[in-house]
Amino acid sequence: MEIKDITPADVSGDYEEHHITFYDGSKRTVLVVDEEVPYPDGRLIVSVTDLEGRITECNKSFVDMSAYSRDELIGAPQCILRHPDIPSHVYADLWETIQAGKKWQGYIKNLRKDGRYYWVLATIIPTVRNGEIVGYASVRRKPSRKKIDAFIAEHLGN
Amino acid sequence: MTLTNTVSPDFPPSHIAGWYIFNTWLQNTLNERVRLELHDSFSQQQEAIQADAVDMIYANPADAAVLVREKGFVGVARPTNRVDEAVIVVAKDSPAQAVEDLPESLKVAMTAQPDVSTMGMIMLEPADITPDTVTKIERDTYALVAKSLMDGDADVGFFLKDAFESLSSFVKSQLRVLVTSDIQVVRHGLMLGPRMQQHKEALQAALLSMHETENGKDILSGLGFEAWEALHSEDVEFMIDLMETLTV
Ligand SMILES: Cc1cc2nc3c(=O)[nH]c(=O)nc-3n(C[C@H](O)[C@H](O)[C@H](O)COP(=O)(O)O)c2cc1C
Repeated sequence: MEIKDITPADVSGDYEEHHITFYDGSKRTVLVVDEEVPYPDGRLIVSVTDLEGRITECNKSFVDMSAYSRDELIGAPQCILRHPDIPSHVYADLWETIQAGKKWQGYIKNLRKDGRYYWVLATIIPTVRNGEIVGYASVRRKPSRKKIDAFIAEHLGN
Repeated sequence: MTLTNTVSPDFPPSHIAGWYIFNTWLQNTLNERVRLELHDSFSQQQEAIQADAVDMIYANPADAAVLVREKGFVGVARPTNRVDEAVIVVAKDSPAQAVEDLPESLKVAMTAQPDVSTMGMIMLEPADITPDTVTKIERDTYALVAKSLMDGDADVGFFLKDAFESLSSFVKSQLRVLVTSDIQVVRHGLMLGPRMQQHKEALQAALLSMHETENGKDILSGLGFEAWEALHSEDVEFMIDLMETLTV
């Protein structure tokens, strides 16, 4: 898995450098800006991935909120949005659930190309064709602030 | 044998004549007797589907799962220029400026249009409003949803965006849009049941070239469409997945 690092040219303002190690052992350097981008009302972010979590389709809301171009996103692994603040057990639970053929729903802090972040409530389901899981589909929506605060208290330890 | 065609009851009333004209075109194109049966409500339509009394339907995406999985329907075409978006609307003088200003116990007026209700409920979630905290007021038409808001019987109303926009300017002047969905990919589609599938290829070819003749253009404009594009089985499967991902 190869994802381009985030470089100083991509971000503006103060940033912190983080080194993420993904589930498959590959690494990425990201620059994190401590600034939330408010989730726009009514937007629904849609993507479809293959079995490995590579993005095969996404809607315009996905492109707009991620700050990547469509070309950068199609074919990229979904973990291009991984934020270093979210502990990896959250993603492990996500994958275990969907690989078992079930629906997963939870709160995720997503990292934009410009180093800023946005919170979503994500629902992910396996896409089943002729009885077999062939990929996954996800819709994200604007989360409740109360629920995000509860999630932060539980998982982000501050 | 007479085949039966129907249209998801969420189509704009101004297109009724257009659907009858389309049905006449359909009979001439297929050389079959096809009856257009319009249902007053989603529940009536669902009964007809369950009773195998529907052979062709311009279907709401939320009905695709039952049509494909239980009734053996396949997609044939869909309009190129129509997407379903939902709007949440309040009376003009409502104090709410955003969804977050709404109380958790809320009276919501809506029609039975399933994809719009689903998207509407999702847009209330940021305010911790859930199906359990609201009182649903179901109305037969969008005009009656508007009336519930103007009469103060409901706090918010769910509309299909296109339906809201086609209300009279007087009615719209009494109302205010709080939030509009932006999902871009929820779409209706024309689907064929088992008794009609031998016509799929001929019908699809005729639909996809419909916009190329003057007569075809007139028929399309009576439906509010610009042209048809092919609806592949993967498109229908995606719609089913999408609806599944939107309902919790
Ligand atoms: C359909 C689908 C959608 C996903 N959406 C996101 C997302 O929005 N943000 C995110 O960080 N991870 C998302 N993931 C999880 C990532 O694949 C990945 O597990 C995560 O970013 C952490 O990377 P890692 O598991 O390689 O450590 C999604 C996975 C799937 C299958």
